[in-house]
Amino acid sequence: MKTDNNASAQREYDVIIIGGGATGAGTARDCALRGLSVLLLERFDFTAGATGRNHGLLHSGARYAMTDGESAAECIKENMILKNIANHCVEDTSGLFVTLPEDDISYQAKFIDACNNVGIHAYPINPKDAIRMEPSVNKSIVGAVVVPDGSIDPFRLTTANILDATAHGATALTFHEVVGFEMSQNRVVGVKTLNHKNGERRSYYSKLVINAGGIWGHKIAQMAGVAVNMFPAKGALLVFGHRVNNVVINRCRKPADADILVPGDMICVIGTTSSRVPYEEIDNMNVTADEVATLLREGEKLAPSLASTRILRAYSGVRPLVAADNDPSGRNISRGIVLLDHAVRDGLEGFITITGGKLMTYRLMAEWATDLACRKLGVEVPCTTALRPLPGSTIAGQSEEAAETPVVESTTPANIQRAEVDRHGELAKRIARTNCYDHSLVCECENVTVGEVEYAFKELSADTLTALRRRTRVGMGTCQGELCSCRAAGLLSRAHGCSEKAKAELVNFLNERWKGIYPVAWGDSLRGAQLASWIYGSVCGLNTIKPTDKIAKK
Amino acid sequence: MRYDTIIIGGGLSGLVCGIKLQEAGRSCAIISAGQSALHFSSGAFDLLGVTADGTEVERPFDALKSLPAEHPYSKVGADGVEAYARALPQWFAQMGIVLNGDVERNSSRITPLGIVRKSWMMLDEYTPLADEAAIAGSRYLIVNFAGFLDFYPKFIADCLEQRGGKCRMEVLSMSAVEKLRINPTEMRSANIAKVFQSQRQLDKLVELVNSKASEGETVVLPATFGLSDTLPVEYLRSHCRNNLMFVSPVPPSISGIRVQRRLQAHFVKLGGRFYAGDTVNGATLEGNRVTGIATVNHSDILFHADNYVVATGSFFSNGIVARSNEVVEPIFGADVNYDTNRDRWFDRCVMNRQPYMDFGVATDADFRMLKGGRPFDNMYAIGSVLDGHNPLEEGSGSGVAIITAMHVANSILTNTAKR
Repeated sequence: MKTDNNASAQREYDVIIIGGGATGAGTARDCALRGLSVLLLERFDFTAGATGRNHGLLHSGARYAMTDGESAAECIKENMILKNIANHCVEDTSGLFVTLPEDDISYQAKFIDACNNVGIHAYPINPKDAIRMEPSVNKSIVGAVVVPDGSIDPFRLTTANILDATAHGATALTFHEVVGFEMSQNRVVGVKTLNHKNGERRSYYSKLVINAGGIWGHKIAQMAGVAVNMFPAKGALLVFGHRVNNVVINRCRKPADADILVPGDMICVIGTTSSRVPYEEIDNMNVTADEVATLLREGEKLAPSLASTRILRAYSGVRPLVAADNDPSGRNISRGIVLLDHAVRDGLEGFITITGGKLMTYRLMAEWATDLACRKLGVEVPCTTALRPLPGSTIAGQSEEAAETPVVESTTPANIQRAEVDRHGELAKRIARTNCYDHSLVCECENVTVGEVEYAFKELSADTLTALRRRTRVGMGTCQGELCSCRAAGLLSRAHGCSEKAKAELVNFLNERWKGIYPVAWGDSLRGAQLASWIYGSVCGLNTIKPTDKIAKK
Repeated sequence: MRYDTIIIGGGLSGLVCGIKLQEAGRSCAIISAGQSALHFSSGAFDLLGVTADGTEVERPFDALKSLPAEHPYSKVGADGVEAYARALPQWFAQMGIVLNGDVERNSSRITPLGIVRKSWMMLDEYTPLADEAAIAGSRYLIVNFAGFLDFYPKFIADCLEQRGGKCRMEVLSMSAVEKLRINPTEMRSANIAKVFQSQRQLDKLVELVNSKASEGETVVLPATFGLSDTLPVEYLRSHCRNNLMFVSPVPPSISGIRVQRRLQAHFVKLGGRFYAGDTVNGATLEGNRVTGIATVNHSDILFHADNYVVATGSFFSNGIVARSNEVVEPIFGADVNYDTNRDRWFDRCVMNRQPYMDFGVATDADFRMLKGGRPFDNMYAIGSVLDGHNPLEEGSGSGVAIITAMHVANSILTNTAKR
C-alpha cells in the first residue's frame, strides 16, 4: 500500500474518491484497473466508518428476499463473486433461517419461494438435522431453512481493494478530510483537504470527484452545494468472546431486532437493532443499556448458550438510508444502491455520489460509479472486478492445497502461519521471517507476531494502533488489548522514533476499546477491564494522559 | 478441621493478616483460589498518593485526616495507620523483603512506559527516584534482551532524556534467553527470571554488561531477576562494574511474585496452613455467627474457626461479582456498597476515575462484614474487597491491603482469647 508518495497538488487526477470504506476502496480499485489516475482521500483510517461496524455477514440475500427482491438478487450475485475473488476474506459457513415456537411457521414457505424466485438456493430441513448441523441453535426450533450465508471480514476486504488500487497506480491518503471544494463556475474541479496528522491544508484537483462517504456523504454533498437527503440508521451489535456457532443463524420472520448471529474468526456477533439517530450523533454513538438488553434477550433465543458466554464488546454502525428526491421527509426510503450524477440531477458538473447499498454490494456500487465515471471521461474499458481475484485471494482450487502447505519454510509455528494466511491470504509471504524475533507474539489472543505488525506498519499504512488493529486484529481478541496494545505501542515507538506519540496513541486505543466494553462490563468483562485499568493506569501510570482522539473529543 | 482463624484469600492482605496472627501464636489457615494481585505489582507499595480532591500527596501521614469517614484508613484512624506503616519496613525485613524509601514521604518511580509516578516504598531492587535533578548530566545505558517485548528502552530513554540524562540503548543476545522464543508466548519476565536462577547465566550476563557499559554509565535493566529471593539482584550489583538501576517491565511482576512467595513461606514457617488452589463455595451460619465454611477440594469436610477473615479482593479476584444489574459478594451474600444504576458505574473516558472501582463489601467500624445491615459477629473483611476507596485513583491499593490486615489481626487478638 504505497499511499502518499506521488500525491501532488499541481497534478490533475482523473478522479478523486472521497471515503476509505469498502465502497471508496472498491471504486478506487475499479477506476485504477480501468486505467484512470486515482486519488482516494479518507478522513481518518480505512474502514473507520460503517464498513468496520457491521455484522461481517456474507449475505445470501435471503434476509431481503421477502421485502426487497432487487437487493436480494444483487446480494446473491455478489455473494458468489466474493467467494471467488476474495476467498481469504470469506468464510463459507452456510446459514440457517430458524422458526421458533413463537414465530409464524407459515412464513417459511413464502420465504423459501421468495428466495428461489431471486436465485437464492434455499431449502427446508428437519429441525433435528438443523440441530445436528449447528448444535448451538435453540433446541426448540420448529422449522429450519438452509441458505448460502457466510461471513466476511470487511477490514481485510477493504485492505485488499486498497492494495490492488495502489498496485495499479492509485494514491490513497488516510487522515485527509475533505473540508471544501474547488469550483469553477458550475463545475467541481478539486477538493480542499485538511491533514489531521499535521494540520496542513491543501487542495487536490481532478476531472471528476466521486463522493463515496457513506452517511458522511450527506455533508460532503452539502459542501458541494447539492442536497442528498440521507437518514442515519443506527444498528447496535454485540461481540461474544467465543465462536458459539459455526453456521450463520437467522430468525425466519420479518426482519426485526437481533435476528442474525454470525460467526467470525474466534468470536460471534449478534445484531442488530435499528433506530434513526440525529445526524449530529453519527461521529459519537454509544450503545445504550436498552439496546444491550434487547440484543441479549433476542440473541439467547437463537442460541441459548449466549446467556453464559462472555460478551467482549458492544458497537454500532450507521447505515446511510437515502430518501427519494421527491420525499424530503424520508418516509419513502430506499435500501438499494443510489448513484447520482449531479450534472444531470443538479446541474453541477464533475461530481458523482454513490451511496445507499450494503457492504455486500460494495463491488457492484463501485462498478456502477466507475461505469459512470468512464462514460463522463470518455473511457471505454469494461469492468473486470467481478472476475479478477483481489490480492491475497487464492485462485479457485488452489486454496485447499495452500491450506495444507506452510507459506514459507521457517521456524514460525504452524498455527501462527495459519493465522497469518487467514488474515493476509497469499500476501502472508510478505511478512518478514528474516530473523528469529519476527515470530515473537505481540497479541496472544489473535496470534499476531512482530513480523506481521511490522508488515502492517510498512505496507498496509497502519500508522496508529487502531489502524494496526484493523489490519491485523491486534487487541480484538478475548483480552481486548490487555498487554498486546502495550507491546504494539513499544513497536510503534520504535517505528516512529517517538515515545510521546506512542503513549498518546496507546491511550486513544484503550479509550476506543473502552467505548465498546463499558456498555457490557459486568461478569468476566468487568474483571478484565479492572485488570487492564490496573496495569495501564496504575502500574504503567498512563492515567495521567488523557485521550486526544478527535472523535473522542467531539 | 478447626483453626483459630480462617482467612479466605492468599494475596498481600490475607498473608499479612495470617502472619500477624501466627506470630501471636494463633493457628490460621489461608484458603487461596489462585494467583493474587501481587503478580501485577508495580514494584512499589502505595500508601496514599492523591487526596479526594485530586491533590498529589507529598507526606501521606499528613493527608490521612482529609479522607472521608467511610474510607478504610479513617476506620483504622490516622494514628493507627501511621503506626502500622512506620512499623512495616522493619517487620518486612525479617521476612527478607526490603522496602526502600522514606516512610514519611512519597517518592517517585519510573513506570514501564517511562512515566514518573508517585509511590510510597519501593520493593527490593527498585531504588526510589528521590532526586529528579540528579538525572541531569548522568549517563545511562538501557539494556534489553533481544526479542523481549514487555520492556521498552525507548520509553525509558525518553523519560530520562527529558530530565537531562544522556541515554544509549543496547540489545543483549544470550542463547539461554533466545531459547525461550522457541515457543512464541514464553518470552515473558517470569521465564527470563527462571533463566537467571542459573549462576552460569548470571555470570554471562555480568560479562556482557561489563563489556557493553562505559565507565560512569548507570546500566538500566528490566527487573527480571530473583523469583524467590534477591540473590541474583545482589550478585549483579556486586559483580557489574557500573551502577545498576532496575525498571519494571509490564506484568507479571517478578518482585510481586517474590513478595508473594516470601510471605507465603514465612506464614507456613510459623505454622500456618496454606490451602492453595481451593475455593470456598459455601458457609454455615447461626444467626450472625459464621460456624463453618465449605470448599471445593474438601467437599465433605467443613472448616471451622472462631473468626473468619475475607480477603478475596475486588472484581478481578472475584471477591465481588458484577451482574448486569447488581454487584454481589458471592460466598456469604454479604452487603455490597454499589450504585444500583449501571449507567453510573463507568466514566466514558477510560483514564478518568471509574466509580465501579469504589464498590466493595460494606463493613462496620471494626471491618465486620454486614448482611441485611447487621454485622456478622465473627467475620471481617480486609484489603481490596472493601468499599470506600478507589485504589487506582488514590494510589492506596497495597496500603489498604496491609494496614486493614494488621488492624483486623489486632482486633481479633484483642477480642478473642487464645484457646
